Amino acid sequence: MYTSVPLKDESRASRKEVSYGVVSALTGKADTPDARQQIVNVQDDTTRAAWAGHIKAIHERQDKAAFAALFQHFAPRVKAFLMKSGADAASAEETAQEVMATLWTKAHMFDPTRASAATWIFTIARNRSIDALRKQRRPEPEEVFWGPEAEPDQEESMALQQESDQLARAIAELPEKQRVLIERAYFGDLSHSEIAAETGLPLGTIKSRIRLALDRLRHAMT
Amino acid sequence: MKRPMTDIKHHLTDELLMAYSAGTLPEAFNLVVATHISMCDECRARMHSFDAVGGALLNDAAEVPLSDGALEATLKLISQHPKDPIKTVMQPKGGVLPGPVQDYVGGDIDKVKWRRVGNGVRQAILPTSKDASVRLLHIPAGCEVPDHGHQGTELTLVLQGAFLDEDDRFARGDIEIANEDLEHTPIADIGEDCICLAATDAPLKFNSLIPRVAQPFLRI
Repeated sequence: MYTSVPLKDESRASRKEVSYGVVSALTGKADTPDARQQIVNVQDDTTRAAWAGHIKAIHERQDKAAFAALFQHFAPRVKAFLMKSGADAASAEETAQEVMATLWTKAHMFDPTRASAATWIFTIARNRSIDALRKQRRPEPEEVFWGPEAEPDQEESMALQQESDQLARAIAELPEKQRVLIERAYFGDLSHSEIAAETGLPLGTIKSRIRLALDRLRHAMT
Repeated sequence: MKRPMTDIKHHLTDELLMAYSAGTLPEAFNLVVATHISMCDECRARMHSFDAVGGALLNDAAEVPLSDGALEATLKLISQHPKDPIKTVMQPKGGVLPGPVQDYVGGDIDKVKWRRVGNGVRQAILPTSKDASVRLLHIPAGCEVPDHGHQGTELTLVLQGAFLDEDDRFARGDIEIANEDLEHTPIADIGEDCICLAATDAPLKFNSLIPRVAQPFLRI
């Protein structure tokens, strides 16, 4: 059934085989609906790796087509994230546009050896959200720079992309109850106690489910 | 000035790092977390992992469509904003106070506006949002760290010197995470005055039933 997956980029075929190996190893059974779901995600990986190239194209030649593709994929997700964090539709729309504009103006600072495109956009959206919606400053650690002195190392950025893919699969494979809480923790602007109040679950249960989820992710990444 | 990261024994918890990454911590706590990460490569690496979880979730998140013409509006926004200068990056500043604290103080340790709070201890409250508070504490070597009256969560990060608490010693870069359950009387280690960055989300106590004088360290 793997052969039915259309490859968008033949040059990546060998890497994709490696990915399938990981999927089979993780699921242990390739023919379940779960495994098929994973294959859909694997298919996305080609795109996932391509996003980094799109950001580079914006930096190097102000590529509007690359920007439009990134916009089409990420802007609706950023808007959804902002709305889940408490913004109304109008301000989420406005902030999502600002986030995507920041992606353009800071494209030269994106370092594909340190973060995937999705991770970088997530951090921009999160910081914008704290700034715009919560009216707070966001202290950042020193010495965090995303480039731009040296040309990013190809192998390192490949490795980072593969790790990102692996992490995405591991998250998709979390038991439903754990995954929902991880999503809540990131996409609800809620503390653990607030999640407890909202879901009616004891705080201890929430903490232990999140702990179990993190253990699983760590295990999947080693 | 910088300790090798292997010397740091007391690190951030997953819960704090995840909340920092998710952006759900109060500003005062964000400052302590960012300051610890500035001093600790291990927690910096863990922060990147938690950011990556956020990225993965965003990539697989539900979509809310933008209005028609949103792309054009964004391109217009871009044309109005010149490219960001590269210097938005925060470089290490050197000195006693790590960069994130220097940003709040407006300089290094010599720029801190200390106020005496008794027993030779001095403090300086840093301006943050009101959902939690953060201050610098200067405790003379060998003196007791003032009881912070634990309510809620309290983070204490050592920036200079060290303090002893029960069996543990907290030195530069170490962070102590305390909640209501912890009864303790930390003591600044002899040899050097201890400077800490301490944040608490305890509700501000201006309760008239409790005399203010009984809790001089909650004057925040």
